[in-house]
Amino acid sequence: MLQRLITSREALLLGAIAVLLALISTRFPGFVTPSNLADVFNDTSPLILLAIGQMIVILTKCIDLSVAANLALTGMVVSMLNLAFPGLPVALILVVAITLGALMGMFNGILVWKLDIPPIVVTLGTMTIFRGIIFLISDGKWVNSHEMSPAFKAFPRFELLGLPMLSWTAILAVIVFTIVMSRTTLGRAAYAVGGNPHAATYTGIEVGRTQFWAFTISGALAGLTGYLWVSRYAVAYVDIAGGFELDVVAACVIGGISIAGGIGSVGGALLGALFLGVIKNALPVINVSPFWQLAISGGAIIIAVAVNARASRTKGRIILKSAEHAA
Amino acid sequence: MTDTTRFIPDRLQSPLQKRLKSWESLLLLVAIAIFVANSFASPYFLNAWNLSDATFNFTEKAMIAFAMALLIISGEIDLSVASIIALASTAMGAAVQMGAGTPVLILVGLGTGLLCGAFNGVLVTRLGLPSIVVTIGTMSLFRGISYIVLGDQAFRGYPADFAFFGQGYVFWVITFELVLFAVIAVIYGMILHMTNFGRAVYAIGNNPTGALFSGIRVARVKFILFLLTGLMSGVAAICLTSRLGSTRPSIATGWELEVVTMVVLGGVNILGGSGTIPGVVIAAFVMGLVTFGLGLLNVPGIVMSIVIGALLIGVIALPRLWKMWRAQ
Repeated sequence: MLQRLITSREALLLGAIAVLLALISTRFPGFVTPSNLADVFNDTSPLILLAIGQMIVILTKCIDLSVAANLALTGMVVSMLNLAFPGLPVALILVVAITLGALMGMFNGILVWKLDIPPIVVTLGTMTIFRGIIFLISDGKWVNSHEMSPAFKAFPRFELLGLPMLSWTAILAVIVFTIVMSRTTLGRAAYAVGGNPHAATYTGIEVGRTQFWAFTISGALAGLTGYLWVSRYAVAYVDIAGGFELDVVAACVIGGISIAGGIGSVGGALLGALFLGVIKNALPVINVSPFWQLAISGGAIIIAVAVNARASRTKGRIILKSAEHAA
Repeated sequence: MTDTTRFIPDRLQSPLQKRLKSWESLLLLVAIAIFVANSFASPYFLNAWNLSDATFNFTEKAMIAFAMALLIISGEIDLSVASIIALASTAMGAAVQMGAGTPVLILVGLGTGLLCGAFNGVLVTRLGLPSIVVTIGTMSLFRGISYIVLGDQAFRGYPADFAFFGQGYVFWVITFELVLFAVIAVIYGMILHMTNFGRAVYAIGNNPTGALFSGIRVARVKFILFLLTGLMSGVAAICLTSRLGSTRPSIATGWELEVVTMVVLGGVNILGGSGTIPGVVIAAFVMGLVTFGLGLLNVPGIVMSIVIGALLIGVIALPRLWKMWRAQ
């Protein structure tokens, strides 16, 4: 039991993050102070939220490339809503953001479920459509800080027990979805569908329906993050979070979630996101140009997926693969 | 996800009937309809020089689309093509700074493309990794290297004779790129439809295990396809860099989507196993005509991307909706 715990992917990743932090702290002790680590966590919270949603989608053998565009569109809609009705309570804004995000996720889900279109095609398409819609509704204009109401901007910054609400939202999501994935029928269905779709069908789990709910959850989390994002950075425009979907997929792959479906955990998604978050926040500290970040996350995806493939190959389930490589 | 029952018909359709009912002829009708609609919508459309300019909308992307079509038919995908363009263009820009002439630039562009393709190919075929994750990774990696090299700077100062590839005319309004597009289309059409290699590509896409047991070197064929896709991205990089006359790390952003859209619109099954080069050729024209026509009507680029995204989903969704409606 203890051995399994130590050699698990999560423990390995936690170790990698610890080594990374130790390396940074040898030259910059200030980086590992609790207050700075809390800042890093807060900065990584949007990535954590999206990575959890993406994890569930990937578990069911799908992929959601539209999350960043969903985030940006929801962010723009709630910003414009706030601009038009400054008195709207934040609770209502949150409901609108989650609902709108979920609806966009459902749109993806319906296309995958009912029309059986490959998820990558669906979400590549909706990714551009959502971005385009932002331009249509905003006319390419920005919603700036001074146009947002103070209450709208205050929510993610509001501190509770020393941590801002943005961090608490991520923590809450980690707890909720850990429970959902391990203790509910939906969570078990997601693993079953990804692990073996045929067997899942025979046990009475509808594959398409499970995928639909996975997309809905991913969309809802993207919508929620959309509001948190625009209120935290106090600006909304067409290109916010551009290319962020790749970071999200990277976080999942680094977190040990198998792109073939069926393998992964909320903890893995959390640690994968934190790994990227630490690197991103450490780069300016150790005086590396931010232009390195894209290449580093690309390299991290490739290394992580290669390591994952090596790790899972020892199980020896696939007999033919080796023959294929010998060819 | 679900297995569909396949019926073997009692009698085959006559070749002519089959051809008329094919995806390609439907697409050709769409292309003609768009052409006619465009010529009514804007008085500037039916002008040889304008139409010649419009071909730039698709020639470079279509060159990649032909190689991508083969790759998708074999059941793989390469999302890093636009980033290969960025890296190849950056390499050419760096070569210019070191005083390279046009022939060297061409070699650098093609070489970078081949290297990137080989990198993808090794990861997919040797390590057995899923191509979609690998190329999402290399998509960040290749463009990331461009950003490391260039930052917020740009490479300029390409030699004057280098401009021919993207700006030159072979005859009257016929651009060099259009000729290259046609030549590449014919080459890929012949590779896919007339060679053993092409048959192997279909076989792998339909049944990789079956193909392996029939003696097809699956890994090698896939590796070659990744090489070809990289090479074509290098060719596109040469044309695009020559046309723009400068290199920024953000060059060709989002092209991977348009290339995949072009391939899918051309009737290639995204899950692999079927598709034709003529289909991709017509799809290239359709996309070029749509973007050019909307451009003449002053529709902004980002709105066009909505149309492209909707086209991508629509062309796959509509036949399936039609089938569902017929089944009822």
